[in-house]
Amino acid sequence: MTASPVRFADVAVDDDLPPLRVVLCRADLVRYAGASGDFNSIHWSDRVARTAGLPGVVAHGMLTMAVAARVLTEWTGDPGAVEEFGVRFARPVVVPDDEEGATLQAQGRVTERLDGSRVRVVLDVRCGEERVLGQARAVLRLS
Amino acid sequence: MPVDTTLAGRSYPPTPPYHVGREKIREFADAVGDTSPACRDPEAARLLGHPDVIAPPTFPIVVTLRAAERVLADPLVGAVGVEMSRVVHGDQRFTATRPVRAGDQLVVDTTVDRVREMAGNAILTVRGEVRTTAGEHVCTSLSTLVVRGAAAGEKL
Repeated sequence: MTASPVRFADVAVDDDLPPLRVVLCRADLVRYAGASGDFNSIHWSDRVARTAGLPGVVAHGMLTMAVAARVLTEWTGDPGAVEEFGVRFARPVVVPDDEEGATLQAQGRVTERLDGSRVRVVLDVRCGEERVLGQARAVLRLS
Repeated sequence: MPVDTTLAGRSYPPTPPYHVGREKIREFADAVGDTSPACRDPEAARLLGHPDVIAPPTFPIVVTLRAAERVLADPLVGAVGVEMSRVVHGDQRFTATRPVRAGDQLVVDTTVDRVREMAGNAILTVRGEVRTTAGEHVCTSLSTLVVRGAAAGEKL
């Protein structure tokens, strides 16, 4: 399967990117720890997380950022289209040790058309009602 | 012990080369749920103009995080042996010259751009310039790391 990339000519300001709903369970945090090499124990030990002042194990901020990136890559069909991507980790995503885990809702909107067939996108990523990423912005180069 | 502000502007020697393989990219893409064919299938990547499979946009953290950990281990941070549970990732930005791809031999040149103290915490802005061993620039990573309690001299 090959995704057909979004074309710059077909994109307008205020276009919405398809939203994404992603459930994170403890197993996902373990998998991300292994893949990324980030073994900080607040991402797998409730005991350490509480010592650090957290309510319990939290997702890697970089995992939340990576989930937000999927809104971009699933829209463009090309992970290489992402030129700039920045976020602020506004609130931790607490992941309980159960089957439900934590649910992230991520969406994006085109806010600007730039030169070089590029667009600026602003992302909104929430866990429940709370916005977990702040200032989440990207610049994408389209075909 | 407060954080030594002379840390600002300090650079660290390049990290040892990290050889990016196709399976590592697939493993990372699986872990973040990125199903892009270009992260798995060289032919799909070539159709998009990439010479080999490419990594998801946040993949460079695999190499820049290791580089940043060397900064945290610097005695100038005032937190020798700092437990990573005291380190909070404040924000993160990537600016890519091109995507990371299979076959890359990546090194990171790390610089502390800025050091601040706020509410007893040390706030470091760490810049990682990711390039290939051949000198081709791949991306710039800017990470804000908050070392809680470091500036207040709390025992870590």
